[in-house]
Amino acid sequence: MGFSERETLVVDANAPGAIVSALNRAGFEVIGPTVESGSVVYGPISTGENLPRGFTDTQEPGHYRLNPHADGSYFGYVVGPHSWKRYLHPPAVRLFAARREGKGFALEAQPQEAPPRAFFGVRPCELAAIARQDRIFLGGAQPDPTYRTNREGAFLVAVQCGRAGGTCFCASMGTGPRAAAGFDLALTELSDGGRHEFVVEIGSPRGRDILAKVPHRLATEDDLNAAAAVTARAQAGMGRSLEAEGLPKALLAGLESPRWETTAARCLSCANCTMVCPTCFCTTVEDTTDLTGDHAERWRRWDSCFTLDFSYIHGGAVRRTTASRYRQWLTHKFATWFEQFGESGCVGCGRCITWCPAGIDVTEEARAFRTGSAPKERT
Amino acid sequence: MTSLDPMAPVPFRVLRTDRETADTFTLELAPDEGGPPFGFRPGQFNMLYVFGKGEAPISISGDPGRRDRLVHTTRVVGAVTAGMGALKKGDVLGVRGPFGTAWPVDETAGSDVIFIAGGIGLAPLRPAILHVLANRRRYGRVVLLYGARTPEDVLYRRDLRRWRAELDMDVYVTVDRASRDWHGDVGVVTALVPRIPFDRDNCVAMLCGPEVMMRFAVLELLKRGIPASMVHLSMERNMKCAVGFCGHCQVGPHFVCKDGPVFRYDELARLLKIREV
Repeated sequence: MGFSERETLVVDANAPGAIVSALNRAGFEVIGPTVESGSVVYGPISTGENLPRGFTDTQEPGHYRLNPHADGSYFGYVVGPHSWKRYLHPPAVRLFAARREGKGFALEAQPQEAPPRAFFGVRPCELAAIARQDRIFLGGAQPDPTYRTNREGAFLVAVQCGRAGGTCFCASMGTGPRAAAGFDLALTELSDGGRHEFVVEIGSPRGRDILAKVPHRLATEDDLNAAAAVTARAQAGMGRSLEAEGLPKALLAGLESPRWETTAARCLSCANCTMVCPTCFCTTVEDTTDLTGDHAERWRRWDSCFTLDFSYIHGGAVRRTTASRYRQWLTHKFATWFEQFGESGCVGCGRCITWCPAGIDVTEEARAFRTGSAPKERT
Repeated sequence: MTSLDPMAPVPFRVLRTDRETADTFTLELAPDEGGPPFGFRPGQFNMLYVFGKGEAPISISGDPGRRDRLVHTTRVVGAVTAGMGALKKGDVLGVRGPFGTAWPVDETAGSDVIFIAGGIGLAPLRPAILHVLANRRRYGRVVLLYGARTPEDVLYRRDLRRWRAELDMDVYVTVDRASRDWHGDVGVVTALVPRIPFDRDNCVAMLCGPEVMMRFAVLELLKRGIPASMVHLSMERNMKCAVGFCGHCQVGPHFVCKDGPVFRYDELARLLKIREV
């Protein structure tokens, strides 16, 4: 599984807090998991004591429960409604401010500095999601300045999953449950048989610098085997699966399938799936002025292809029906994304399934197009 | 704010405004305070920003040979375009651009050129027409088919008269509905396609107008033997950024802002047949 191919260390159960403190001292604002309104979300954490311990979650279509878990583990839960795009591609960004000058206007200087941030507890599917958004916002001729500012210098502490949730299918998408790269540090929690330690993979020189400040020892072969067993456990426990091979073709062949109507009868067009999706990147802009009319701002906000306004051109929206909007979302995620960015837009995190109030399951929708239970063309 | 910020509008000053029809107008702009000249390729568009009101994607309608003047023709359809319509000489407008793909005017030198426009769709074609006429001897036959709703909605009357007066350009104008004082063609622009002369083995067609008009015009062109790969059309979609980040303008795998707005018909053929893509 590659655990031995890089510098691998072992730290004790106090290490998560020690890593957070070391990151704080190194000048990073640390963002990590916290419990809020009964779910695990990402927010600023100042000490290791803020880290939720002894929690696990139950996730099913349209269902999320955070439950206490006796073993005191740090990472017994999987992903919640937040993803790191909140920090890299924030929900609301002021793009510019301008003031009226005579008949014209002048743009005011826009600070583009974010404090260097460390993201603590990034799951493998989330690393994959960040890589997807890197390609969108940084991979083109002209990078997005906001994303670049937030992304550059972000320190990533990954957590290799030891358990899969009921809606997880990263194994199908090739994004987890173990990440091979893309992190500064990666923790694998070993909490079996009275033992509580972490295997730590070093992914970068600055990762090594941070870990140097935390008590550690070199990993033994036993430690590596134990870590591999943790990954194998998560791999075996995937709550969902999806046959990704050939899916783009099947979906695009079925653009006029009546299956879209079937799904649309359940879909509330609420946009939850797009808000929780860690790769969905669409935005709208809002131009405003103050009461004097002399100061204007432009804000960029997350938007969703599930809204009627999204496709509005004069004369009306292009996608008027829920069926067409669901089709846009699903085919973009699983088919046209390949043509645009050379990979799938889905990382298999399962959030869209869990947070869909109607419990629509993308793996089931995809399966319908593969197995032919969705007729190819309307007759 | 850095000059590299793709979302920062650059101030341009209004040099001249012209009312074209009841709901369309043309703005002639120049970079404010002696900014650099503005180059573009026929078919490209800009995002135009009315201070405090918002931004809209508007095709460029001017002569690509004149980099000192930026010309936009716009129809009033909402708050932003209404704000543009209210601008006077000396006012300032924000400009981002140029964005998008161009009409294949250089690649198709030597062939017959057919322009088919519906309504305001003549505006994005105007730079291509001006370019072809400025390089007239590099092309074969040049034909323009233009359809408007009524005679009062005919855009660029002065240009149309001048182009029609050219001895080596065919200009057909038709209207959907006419009053008694119109003696020209009445009917959809697609009905004109069977009449026009061109060499189907050596021609290019450029279309811009409502999607339904383009769909039927293409069918007529294909019937006359033009290869689908020689038909180009300009698409319209909602746009918030014009640089491929906002996601609004997607048509299948294409971002209209950067993969378009000008597409080869065979890239879109299937998608155009499907409703609400």
